[in-house]
Amino acid sequence: MKSSNNKKHLLTGNEAAAEAAILAGCRHYYGYPITPQNELINHMAIRMPQVGGTFLQAESEIAAVYMAYGGAAAGARVMTSSSGPGISLMQEGISYLAGSELPCVIVNVQRGGPGLGDISPSQADYFQAVKGGGHGDYHNIVLAPASVQEIADLVYDAFDLADRYRNPVMLLGDAQLGQMMEPVEFRKTPRTHQAVKRWALTGAEGRARNIVKSFYPVKGELEAFNIRLQRKYRAIEQEEVRYEEVNTQGAEIILVAYGTCARICKEAIRRASGTGLQIGLLRPITLWPFPKEPLRRLAKKARAFCVVEMSAGQMVEDVRLAVLDRCPVHFYGRMGGGVPSSREILKKVLNILAPEGTLELEIPEIPTELGKGLYFSTIP
Amino acid sequence: MQALYSAPETLIRTPSHYCPGCGHGIAHRLLAEIIDEWGIRGKTIGLAPVGCSVLAYNYLDIDMCEAAHGRPPAIATGIKRVHPDNVVFTYQGDGDLAAIGMAEIVHAASRAENITVIFINNAIYGMTNGQLAPTTLLNQRTTTTPEGRNPLTHGYPIRICELLATLEGASFLARTSLSSPKDVLQTKEALKKGFKTQIEKKGFSLIEVLAPCPVYWRMSPVESLKFIEEKMTQTFPLGVFKDWEKTVSAPGGQATKV
Amino acid sequence: MARVSIDVGFCKGCELCIPFCPHDSLTMSRHLNEHGLPTVYFKEDHPCSGCRYCAVMCPEAAIEIFK
Repeated sequence: MKSSNNKKHLLTGNEAAAEAAILAGCRHYYGYPITPQNELINHMAIRMPQVGGTFLQAESEIAAVYMAYGGAAAGARVMTSSSGPGISLMQEGISYLAGSELPCVIVNVQRGGPGLGDISPSQADYFQAVKGGGHGDYHNIVLAPASVQEIADLVYDAFDLADRYRNPVMLLGDAQLGQMMEPVEFRKTPRTHQAVKRWALTGAEGRARNIVKSFYPVKGELEAFNIRLQRKYRAIEQEEVRYEEVNTQGAEIILVAYGTCARICKEAIRRASGTGLQIGLLRPITLWPFPKEPLRRLAKKARAFCVVEMSAGQMVEDVRLAVLDRCPVHFYGRMGGGVPSSREILKKVLNILAPEGTLELEIPEIPTELGKGLYFSTIP
Repeated sequence: MQALYSAPETLIRTPSHYCPGCGHGIAHRLLAEIIDEWGIRGKTIGLAPVGCSVLAYNYLDIDMCEAAHGRPPAIATGIKRVHPDNVVFTYQGDGDLAAIGMAEIVHAASRAENITVIFINNAIYGMTNGQLAPTTLLNQRTTTTPEGRNPLTHGYPIRICELLATLEGASFLARTSLSSPKDVLQTKEALKKGFKTQIEKKGFSLIEVLAPCPVYWRMSPVESLKFIEEKMTQTFPLGVFKDWEKTVSAPGGQATKV
Repeated sequence: MARVSIDVGFCKGCELCIPFCPHDSLTMSRHLNEHGLPTVYFKEDHPCSGCRYCAVMCPEAAIEIFK
């Protein structure tokens, strides 16, 4: 594929992530095959040599993340990608990236777990993405796209954020987002600016040496470093929260969902329009930092929240922490590759509004414009 | 007065954290000497492992990166692919390289990754109080093999040079020792050959250095040199196992002398 | 004649230099250094051919040789 800009391409989410990375100036990609992210590694294998970059299939996810670590330490824009089991293997390296303050973009195309699980869409890696995942007190910046276009847009931003904060950034997708095809337009000029990395390892010609490390054995040094890291995280929480609100004005029930689940919630809202049900959606785009303030604001007006996830309930914990007991927080989830339907979500909403089952609703069939391309991405 | 010998400039003048008689100090000094003699301080990037030499970056005045346990070859790969004209080396112990990092070292060698690996083999885990290493000799006592290494329960020592010699990607493989001035000087020559291999873009080079760990071998530093000569070299014969400039006999078997 | 200079601040008294001196010119001192470690000293009245074996074996780079 020629990366001509200002033109629509029909791509899988995985391919869009790869292509956007190249446009963002990433010239070093290290990966290991695992379904459902194989289109990404395959695309990189074709494209990187075309742009004079490095593509390397590592011997394991562990080696892949450390090759990315090396590239980042050397001052380059680097990416690696994987899915659930592979991300689990990478967690050691991600902790080291955070501890050495190295910018790196990691794409996690989530699949069902635990263990080998399956290769269906899942959101059960939320904890290992936003809560650290590896050892020590650290955070990844976690971005959650909900369409192929947004994958491309957020990959640009991921590189910028990684460079600006010298921090690993994880793009958290799932099997559905990674493998489905949608039209995508790459930004004419990516808003990327590669920072001058004076700390990078380039050979100490004419300057004092640089050391990249996360080891602070002298008593007190490590705590001081951690305090500095936490200050950085507070700054990120101040500056980088992103979310989308849909129909929240006057909504009785606020759905909270990200990624694939947010798309399905939008369909549920659309199907409920005209029925008298007032449903809104808050879609976190950054899972860390988490949009706590907007949730607190909505908690003042809404009757209840309903968190929808493809997991046993992971993000719901952060929603509850955000709103505390100001507003009831309900949960609807499917696990192990199960994907909630909009009908299931609406049933859950009815159940929240009338637990005794007195409220019934004729849920309209899915509108006929399904398949015309616009249905999933916009709410009329 | 003219100095016949003084410490290399690249070696940072600070007392080391190593135990008396430890081989790491000698190996660090040899590296610093070569970097000085060849004037490559400004283009050399080193990787420190996890193990006793985790603080190697405190002693070498070059750009350095600390690595997770066993991962230096993967990180070196990432650095070298960004800076192909720099000299990139990893410095690893036997636990780092031959236990937890076995996959990384084998694959870096098989990719003919153009890096140099300095493999310090002292047949023991020094940093964690002297446990069994993959290169611990049969019958050798360690804190986790108090009765000596028994092959029935702990298997056999791994010979890294012989193992990597089967890979087409490995261009220079040598095993040397630090047990006498002659051996130390041969080690320096082998290290130079490793860097030369990389600078001339001939692919992967590894120098396995048999080094003393007197404290966890429970003997005096001078006795530990004798242990290397009399015991270690029986299991780990010295020599060149692979050389891109000339054919050497019998990889994996009897090696030719350096 | 050459002579050996030992930086006692670096010497840890491992003795690796002693057996390789062809003139038996190095020996252990009775004094501890500032870190409380035993150190080696050069017997000033002994010869030194400047072979550098002691410096080659020293793990602490504590030895300098002058001529």
